[in-house]
Amino acid sequence: MSREALLQIYYYMRLTRAMENRTRTLFLQGRVVGGVYTGQGHEATTVGAATMLRVDDCIVPQHRDLGMHLVRGVSPRAVMDQWLARGNSPTLGRDGQLHIGDIHHGVVPSISMLGESLPVACGVALTMKMRKRATIVLAPCGDGATNTGPFHEALNFASVQKLPIVYLIENNGYAYSTPTYKQFAIEDLSDRALAYGMPGESVDGNDVMAVVEAVGKAVQHARSARGPALVECKTFRVRGHSEADKADYVPQQLRDEWLAKDPIARFEVYLTKKHSLTSAEKAEIEAKVKATVDDAVNFAEQSPAPDAGTVAKYVFAPDGPIAIVGEPGAQDQRYVNAQDSRTGQPFNTIVQFNSPVEAQFNAPEGVVGQR
Amino acid sequence: MSASAKKVTRNKVTYLEAISQAIHEEMMRDEAVFLLGEDVGTYGGAFKVSTGMLEEFGPERIIDTPMSESAIIGSAIGAALMGMRPIAEMQFIDFITCGFDQIINMASKMYWRSGIPVPMVIRGPSGGGTKGGPFHSASPEAWFFHTPGIKVVVPATTYDAKGLLKAAIRDNNPVLYLEHKLLYRMPELREELPEEDYIVPLGKAITRREGENITILTYGAMVHQCLKAAQTLEEEDDLQVEVIDLRSLAPLDYEAITASAKHTNKVLIVHEDTLTGGIGAELAAILAEDLFEYLDGPITRVAAPDAPFPYAPALEAAYLPNAEKILAAARKLAAY
Repeated sequence: MSREALLQIYYYMRLTRAMENRTRTLFLQGRVVGGVYTGQGHEATTVGAATMLRVDDCIVPQHRDLGMHLVRGVSPRAVMDQWLARGNSPTLGRDGQLHIGDIHHGVVPSISMLGESLPVACGVALTMKMRKRATIVLAPCGDGATNTGPFHEALNFASVQKLPIVYLIENNGYAYSTPTYKQFAIEDLSDRALAYGMPGESVDGNDVMAVVEAVGKAVQHARSARGPALVECKTFRVRGHSEADKADYVPQQLRDEWLAKDPIARFEVYLTKKHSLTSAEKAEIEAKVKATVDDAVNFAEQSPAPDAGTVAKYVFAPDGPIAIVGEPGAQDQRYVNAQDSRTGQPFNTIVQFNSPVEAQFNAPEGVVGQR
Repeated sequence: MSASAKKVTRNKVTYLEAISQAIHEEMMRDEAVFLLGEDVGTYGGAFKVSTGMLEEFGPERIIDTPMSESAIIGSAIGAALMGMRPIAEMQFIDFITCGFDQIINMASKMYWRSGIPVPMVIRGPSGGGTKGGPFHSASPEAWFFHTPGIKVVVPATTYDAKGLLKAAIRDNNPVLYLEHKLLYRMPELREELPEEDYIVPLGKAITRREGENITILTYGAMVHQCLKAAQTLEEEDDLQVEVIDLRSLAPLDYEAITASAKHTNKVLIVHEDTLTGGIGAELAAILAEDLFEYLDGPITRVAAPDAPFPYAPALEAAYLPNAEKILAAARKLAAY
């Protein structure tokens, strides 16, 4: 991987951390209306994994996967709009958190019922297979979600159908307050892959280079029509389940061990030693991150609240032709799903809110197009 | 299959054959349409709705799945997000509960949240009368009727079975299509269908019998019990009963319901599903709220009792609404 690409990974890890730190501040200030769930500690896993995809691939991210969203080009403005429940958020204020997506840009919106997105990922991959594409789906979930029925149903079905899916388990040690030893009786969640007849590997999820390597192999497997593959990234949830959770059930010693393995600090050391990351480069990246976050927050703060008069609207999609996503002409205006038919505008998760700061620094394709 | 399908359109077909024709024709018409479910391929489906389709369309469009309703419905949703038009078959509609979350939390809220349409159909055999017992006789409509974002249709005739399914497949939203297994091969429902392509639009009721003394609002297999009762009421009581077949429960045909109620001033509601919180409760509320001044008698409901669906023939017969129970309720209402 080129030095430039590595620096991009570093940028997105920093941006993810900074976005979440700011979100937490907004929450403490009472400006976020609902609960806040962060992926602090997951940055190597989420950013590293998403980096291994191509533009036409798809992610089915979950609530701690801001890093994946950002690598895919989800606008920081849209994310902040969403936290602040603005009328121009991707859900038009109808939902919060990271429950956003744009299918034309390969991001499927998630729901709070963790594990339920995994069967949906099968449907996206099934379509790719039926349409004879070389694209794949990255379907992450937590350790908690691996205990749901849909996890089993999805992985089994995907393997039977040889669907091009990379399952990424972000094992952060806890499902809310429940430690892994109360959730399952195995050491490595990648062992579950064996039961479904797919390759599985467990890696240090706080080591971005290990994530990149393992996910890269899994992506190659899925892309070569050999069926799904599974990667377990062992990581740590630095914050509580949500910001309402003090997480005082986590033993201090365990917390200290993991904090010493902070993924961003580790990658910084790696970049400094192996790729001579300079303090000037670091400062430049920090400045870009800060400017991007500031821009996103300012934008969201200035955005209007939803129009209460629309509360009963948009329950059903209108009639009209539907394009098969990813086919030539699929974004032709005559198709109901070409743009956001609720507003008559382009989908604003990715397209509309591209921050000038972000664009100046680097288009996400720079990384995404690497492989 | 296409040759034989053509041949049967010139003859009378069953309700089940009409469903097969709808799937077949839509798959021929639109490459985005495909079918997935348990035993739908090699076996042709538990009720043989998809007989011969695997051979004709291949395993990528007629997909035999594992016994995994969440995977079936979830995969249909994922494909629909991509612009495909999947038909997810529930082997018996009772098993839809195994995929409940996918419908309630994933499919129904998707467009409203994200602006991405979910054009898909979930269909399967519903209803009782076949000694199916508590797990093969469900009328699940009320669970989904209550959920914004899902359309619910219930065909009562062979013509509607085909036309409503075609409309459901072409709709850009999740549509629950409840076919009644008692009607599948009922000889009386054999019908000659139009040669040309047609649909029955979602959200439009139909008047099965005109009358001026009482309106019966009903749907599904109960339409036929209501028509039987209406015939007896004309012959024995000189009562003219109007029978409205709702066809679509969501969206409801508000105009047709209220127009008939205004015309007859007495409304009887009949459904096979249990009484409390059923479709009838909502219909009664609409009538009470909006047509209070038009009503000359109590809004009356005939439905299954608030108990699970029983197995033994004597219990099943006692449980299901039928023409006699409808007759008794109508006579009581007519006396006002």
